[in-house]
Amino acid sequence: MTVQATPATSATKVPPPTAPRARRGITLRPGAWLVWGVLAVFFLGVFGVVGSVVLDSFGQTWFSGWAPHGYTTSWYGKAWSEFNLGQVMTVTIEVSVLVVAISLLVGVPAAYALARRDFPGKRVVSTIFVLPILVPPIAYGIPLATVLYKVHLAGSLTGVVLANLVPSIPFVIFTMTPFIEQLDPRLEAAARMCGASTRSVFLRVLGPLLLPGMLAAGILVLVRTFGMFELTFLTSGPDSQTLIVALFSAVFSAGIRSPQSIDAMAVVYTASMAVLLLVALRFVNPTQLVARSSN
Amino acid sequence: MSALAPPGPEATRPAPPRNALRHRLAERGVDRTLLLLVPGLLASAALFCYPFLYGLQISFQPKTGGFFGSYRAFFGNSFAVGSIGITFKLALPAAIINVGAAVPISYRMRKEFRGKRLLLALLVVPITLGTVLTAEGIVEFFGPVGWFNQTLHALGLAASPVKLTYDYWGVLLSLIISGFPFAFLLTNSYLSGIHPALERAAATLGADWRQRFRHITFPLLLPGLMTTFCLTFVLAFAVFPSAMMVGDPDGRTHVISVEAYETALEHFNYSEGSAIAMVMTALMLAVVGVAMGLRSRLYRGSTGGKG
Repeated sequence: MTVQATPATSATKVPPPTAPRARRGITLRPGAWLVWGVLAVFFLGVFGVVGSVVLDSFGQTWFSGWAPHGYTTSWYGKAWSEFNLGQVMTVTIEVSVLVVAISLLVGVPAAYALARRDFPGKRVVSTIFVLPILVPPIAYGIPLATVLYKVHLAGSLTGVVLANLVPSIPFVIFTMTPFIEQLDPRLEAAARMCGASTRSVFLRVLGPLLLPGMLAAGILVLVRTFGMFELTFLTSGPDSQTLIVALFSAVFSAGIRSPQSIDAMAVVYTASMAVLLLVALRFVNPTQLVARSSN
Repeated sequence: MSALAPPGPEATRPAPPRNALRHRLAERGVDRTLLLLVPGLLASAALFCYPFLYGLQISFQPKTGGFFGSYRAFFGNSFAVGSIGITFKLALPAAIINVGAAVPISYRMRKEFRGKRLLLALLVVPITLGTVLTAEGIVEFFGPVGWFNQTLHALGLAASPVKLTYDYWGVLLSLIISGFPFAFLLTNSYLSGIHPALERAAATLGADWRQRFRHITFPLLLPGLMTTFCLTFVLAFAVFPSAMMVGDPDGRTHVISVEAYETALEHFNYSEGSAIAMVMTALMLAVVGVAMGLRSRLYRGSTGGKG
């Protein structure tokens, strides 16, 4: 197969754009070159994977060669109407917002109790909360779907929301507990001493202090729910599919569909996910999800 | 917001006969604050524990074959049992590669250099891709006429296209693309919790970088690495959509989640499907248990950093 040179060929030869330049330049040891080389290969792979899909979603036809023959944006319009994306988007937003709201309402009080009290049986309670995070979604999703079918909730929006709550509530608990542990309990004690009732301690002292943490946990749950495939796939019906499940079904009923409109839909998914993640990163520092910051 | 307020003191807890008992309980940490746990525990019980126990129960109640019928059907079917091996053959290399590559790269990333923030941002990108775009992209990029094989051809490295898609390698690639950023972020945050002064102290005693890594950084990092390994392994073990889309779900990537899904929701054999889900859970917990058991034998003190 003969091909004309395009930027893509030269890309494999050029040193990675990410390699550190200037300051240490020539002094890099072989080990360092190896590390940056591996990272460059990884990025080339990722860019290749993303690039192929994005380019294909704008291409008219692309059977072989380096680039499609001609470009068009019509696949996006086609994908929107073909896959009923308006309705799918509405469902996705409804599910995500409901899951975020309910998991915060249920998870934050539990996180508070876990952070502030040391009681007999705490390990058992923690284990119950950690299991849904450890067990693969498919493994508990299948019994859960069976139960939901039995009570006629599978296939409905309620069923999808309930299923997505299973990993989300523990997730909120485990992101909020260290956050609450950092708050000085003396603040609450001081408020109580000044005569504040439990209600006003929660609303006027803890609430404002917890808000940043709740925002971060809420956004992370939103990102997770938006991308949660297995649980939604197992419990959704035709009218309660989220975007990612609709995409998967589109790939599997692909017989009559053009791959370009599936690609266009995948690009829509990734773009919305990227926006969500960018918003999340404004509130959460990804490198500090584990090691707690001291402030 | 009012839901944050603890429910009233009524119900659930028997009224204490004397104040003394209540005080004694409060000394051990049992007081009304614990009622805040109730909604979370109820939700977990209703949505996780009950379905799980229900699944366990119906896995012992197959239509035919008696008490252990479903398990016998699964373990008697060599194709079905083979899915366990296939899952491990995918998940172990994926987790080891992801964690293994994350260590040297985050070790490099500890230093400040120009473009570090950009590099961190780029590493987060694959998280946004989602399984479908990754799968479509792998099919198109690594496929027989994709850029990857065209480049190999143009460079004269391969005469015929290398088959990577609809096979084991496609799924492994997708597990690396989706799992590596995650492993990296975790490793990086564990590593940034180790104070650089510890290494500098070793350096003043004459340790070269190999000794410093071997005796200082690595032992401090190891517990974090075990946790990262577990989480990456859980992700890879549960592989489902990519095994269906870039893999060969009826052959070389017939992983256990595909087997469980097909049995339960395509053949409507809920009993055997639940049995497979239970086997899957048991395997998962066994691996996590081994890793955590090893982890508990490691050093768990201060790392001198932010942690």
